[in-house]
Amino acid sequence: MTDVLAVTDHRRGELRDVSYEIITAGRELADETGGDLHLAVISGTVDEFAEKLDREGVDAIHTVDYGEEFNHDVYTQTITQLYDELAPQYVLAPNSVNGLDYAPAVANELDLPIVTDTIGLETDGETLIATREMYGGKVETTNELEGEAVVTIRSAEWPQAEGTGDAAIEAFDAEIDEDAIGSTVTGFEEVGGGDVDISEADVLVSVGRGIEEEDNIPIIEELAEALDATVSSSRPIVDNGWLPKNRQVGQSGKVVTPDVYIAIGISGAVQHVAGMKGSDTIVAINTDPNAPIMDIADYAIHDDLFDVVPALTEEFQ
Amino acid sequence: MKILVTVKEVATVEDEFEIEGTEIASQYLGADLNEWDDYAVEEAVQLQEAGLADEVVTVTIGPEECEQTIRQALAKGADRAVRVWDDALEGVDLLDVNAKTEILSAVVEAEDPDLVLTGVQAGDDSFGATGVSLAEEIGAQWGAVVNSLEHDLEDGVASVRRELEGGVEELTEIDLPAVLTIQTGINEPRYASLRGIRQAQRKELDVQALADIGIDESAIEAQLELTEMYEPESESDATIWEGSADETASELGDLLREKGVTQ
Repeated sequence: MTDVLAVTDHRRGELRDVSYEIITAGRELADETGGDLHLAVISGTVDEFAEKLDREGVDAIHTVDYGEEFNHDVYTQTITQLYDELAPQYVLAPNSVNGLDYAPAVANELDLPIVTDTIGLETDGETLIATREMYGGKVETTNELEGEAVVTIRSAEWPQAEGTGDAAIEAFDAEIDEDAIGSTVTGFEEVGGGDVDISEADVLVSVGRGIEEEDNIPIIEELAEALDATVSSSRPIVDNGWLPKNRQVGQSGKVVTPDVYIAIGISGAVQHVAGMKGSDTIVAINTDPNAPIMDIADYAIHDDLFDVVPALTEEFQ
Repeated sequence: MKILVTVKEVATVEDEFEIEGTEIASQYLGADLNEWDDYAVEEAVQLQEAGLADEVVTVTIGPEECEQTIRQALAKGADRAVRVWDDALEGVDLLDVNAKTEILSAVVEAEDPDLVLTGVQAGDDSFGATGVSLAEEIGAQWGAVVNSLEHDLEDGVASVRRELEGGVEELTEIDLPAVLTIQTGINEPRYASLRGIRQAQRKELDVQALADIGIDESAIEAQLELTEMYEPESESDATIWEGSADETASELGDLLREKGVTQ
């Protein structure tokens, strides 16, 4: 039997979407051999969370009422104790920033293999077949693992579980060793504020690594000005300090849904796409016809941005 | 204080490539210092320049061919390097997290650093798990996806920011010794100076086999087996505009006018 223990994710009083997605992923794995799906809800308002998470397909929810916010030591200790108690075949965790802050520690502590950032999972009860990307999404790979494992799942790859379940909700009596807690969260800060809110823009002219140099940024700004649009960017441009943080579109930046999103020299890494796939019309200008951005583009120009962008600017001047 | 930085040479892939078996054909592959590790090296060197670290040591798992990449890290200011390689690692197509943890923890034990910096992930296999796994193995504290580190490290505590999703940062205090996984953007990695490049040639680069660091071959046996590699099916149904830049720009201009973008 393939029992699955899936760990949910919340932050500042809210469950994150991946918590509902992990129910779907966990249910699919458990179904393949008729196992049970257990959820772990750790810290925060656990009873309220448990009630929300009681969706179709969940067999049991284990709550651990300890602290308000995520702490990786609390998570690691709790999950290893739950593992000892439940003996699941697979421990599923979100491939979120917090998931990656405890899942590898859990795997190492339990002496289990780990496979991260999976986008597809299958099992026959013995062998796990995990699909994941390599080389920034240029290829997909399948990977096989025998026996028990810790697995993290990419967000937005599985649909959110729906319906109302009939799960047994139980408080799990975890023994937290406070001496082993070596880190303390002291606060949170929203970043990327300032004068411009790219999530309010109707038209975004968005620039990526293809721009090559800081000195080339003005051709993007000139186009935005000619179109009366707003400049945004992918992560590397902000990392390089070429544009401020409030211009960054993506998982760690802003989620935008403009009428028109013009992606210029942006390959379309999954973290970027997560922030702009809801745009009405997406235009991609990129020399690489195989760039992942093409998968979600409505219109594409496979050409050099240094030729196309000035020509477009000229049209509107 | 001593800082150990994990440095990986990653494979880079050209836009057009072919797959042979479970690998990308070698003629389409390049090699580079892992982008995240570049930031980790810079952070360590800045701590040294601030007078906090006495020594910055890099550790790499990789064959002789990656020494050029290691020299890059040395040219940017790391003091010396350790490279671990072994015939037993030669035929492994995917070194999994457990194997990397085994090897790196043995080096950490020998070096006994106060702080270990790793990149958040490697640009090629992108597991994003080795740093935290390593911390657990060596009994150190840790923090994943760190995009700011206060350079005073007061009272043996690192004050960091962890970059969460959605433009939120978590402020966290972490006891040392610790392993921090470093996110891009935490600093501005320097280009190596000519002097740095010259000096790097003379810096110590110590090569260790598995037996030298007390690891049995069986400990690095991969539990994760890569069984297939393929190009994801393109889901693109984009309308592709072709022609000269003027022509394609004009098509796009028409679309924008149609969408009422501009006058």
